[in-house]
Amino acid sequence: MINSLFEEKLSSGEFVVTTEVGPAKGADTADLVHHIDLLKDRVDAINVTDHQSSVMRFPSLGGCLLVKEHGGEPILQMTCRDRNRLALQADLLLAYSRGITNVLCLTGDSIDVGDHKEAKPVFDLDSVQLLKMIRTLESGTDIEGNELKGVPRFYIGASVHPEADFVEPQLIKFEKKVSAGAQFFQTQGIFDLASLRRFMQYAAQFNVKILAGIIVLASARMARYMNDNVPGIIVSQAIIDELADVEKGKGLQKGIEIAARLIKTIKDENLCHGVHIMAVGNEGVVPDILEAAELVSVSP
Amino acid sequence: MIVAEQKPFEEIKQMISPYGRVLILGCGTCMTVCDAGGEREVSFLHSALRLAQTKSGNGTHSFSEYTLKRQCDPEFLDLLVDKIADVDVVLSLGCGIGVQAIAERFPDLPVLPGVNTSFMGMTKESGVWDERCAACGDCRLDETAGICPITRCTKGILNGPCAGTKNGKCEANKDMDCAWILIYQRLETLHQLERMRRYYPPRNFRTIPRPKRILRQASINAGGSDD
Ligand code: SF4
Ligand code: SF4
Repeated sequence: MINSLFEEKLSSGEFVVTTEVGPAKGADTADLVHHIDLLKDRVDAINVTDHQSSVMRFPSLGGCLLVKEHGGEPILQMTCRDRNRLALQADLLLAYSRGITNVLCLTGDSIDVGDHKEAKPVFDLDSVQLLKMIRTLESGTDIEGNELKGVPRFYIGASVHPEADFVEPQLIKFEKKVSAGAQFFQTQGIFDLASLRRFMQYAAQFNVKILAGIIVLASARMARYMNDNVPGIIVSQAIIDELADVEKGKGLQKGIEIAARLIKTIKDENLCHGVHIMAVGNEGVVPDILEAAELVSVSP
Repeated sequence: MIVAEQKPFEEIKQMISPYGRVLILGCGTCMTVCDAGGEREVSFLHSALRLAQTKSGNGTHSFSEYTLKRQCDPEFLDLLVDKIADVDVVLSLGCGIGVQAIAERFPDLPVLPGVNTSFMGMTKESGVWDERCAACGDCRLDETAGICPITRCTKGILNGPCAGTKNGKCEANKDMDCAWILIYQRLETLHQLERMRRYYPPRNFRTIPRPKRILRQASINAGGSDD
């Protein structure tokens, strides 16, 4: 059974493009809506981040409702950092009731990297357990085995880190996510295609769809900052050098070029099932990247 | 053992301010080992409080000191009966359990916490104490090569590392080892990596209703006498 447009697209064998939008801190949704309108017909689905980097913002679920209202295909990012198993299940029921059926299951960043460092870290579940819990809901009961009135169906995914410096424990976890029910993966940012090739050779044995994560960098400084401060990001030295070589003010242009080049190679080599573009604050340039990668306007 | 840190001096002065006769009470067990409230710290704190009072010139406190072998044990608390006859307050340098044991044993006697009880852990090296157990009530160290994921992973997750680990360190703190990389490496050394491939279900937080109580069960530890 197909549970979402996004799933249908991936199943069709087409090269799929997703991107993400980060809601603002505050009740003003104007920028968010602007980005949704800009992107909804250019990509196959839009992730809405869930208090990314543990910084409190407008919620993912709220952002997904807006994507829906504006005619886009949302992917709900759901982390275990802030909600226990009751709240997670309740949010999933709400999401399903509003037609939000793609869910990316994440453990969530540590509270310590964010702006509410004294908050209680919840982590009642981890990403693997969250995936399994969703499969349980779909079987008709809550996680305690109590019967549900109205059973939700989802298309569920998770993340994987092919460029991690200790990659084997990440792959062990990847396999646990597959066994727990993950159907699609959006990888952490890829900068070195050799490691993506290695990963895809290994991952071919699993019946899951994989979208390579592409981070849009705006300067060498940003790349170094991310290496030092953002969990799960390892920008290769080659890319940092490339960004450092351009004249002042042209960094983002270079970042777009790098992202487009990666995407084009991935598509031309048929390396994976699609890409997931993370523009971290520069959502407005995603159309330029698509154009530069010769992927203009994926038909809605 | 239980690890604590002595409270800031100013906070201690503030706490005792309403009281005249103060007994500074040390603990000879955990608080001695973690340098927070043993005989030595009691005597240092005693001198410091006296000195501060002399300097300020308007103090009204009188101080005495004593250190029990353990404050958390009713047996040792009996020894306090004489010591508290003429004090107005006990400033306990025992852990939070010691403070409460005194409060329960002496209903009319105010007792103040002189330390911040922090965690259960061990002495890593001289002057360094590290947390090692969160008393989760369902020990899984057999599955994790003797390294506790609940305490040593910032997120306390059970199914392997998050994506934030870098250079073997935790995303929350570059000086802290990632528990799951340590577990992975030690499981590999022990040829037990298959334990990491298992799915671990969500923790049962019900194994720890608060406050917990344990009743001794006859014969459990009697070495084969149970039937
Ligand atoms: S698993 Fe960790 S927290 Fe739980 S009892 Fe064992 S050492 Fe303590
Ligand atoms: S980096 Fe390691 S220790 Fe830190 S939260 Fe992730 S898995 Fe836990």
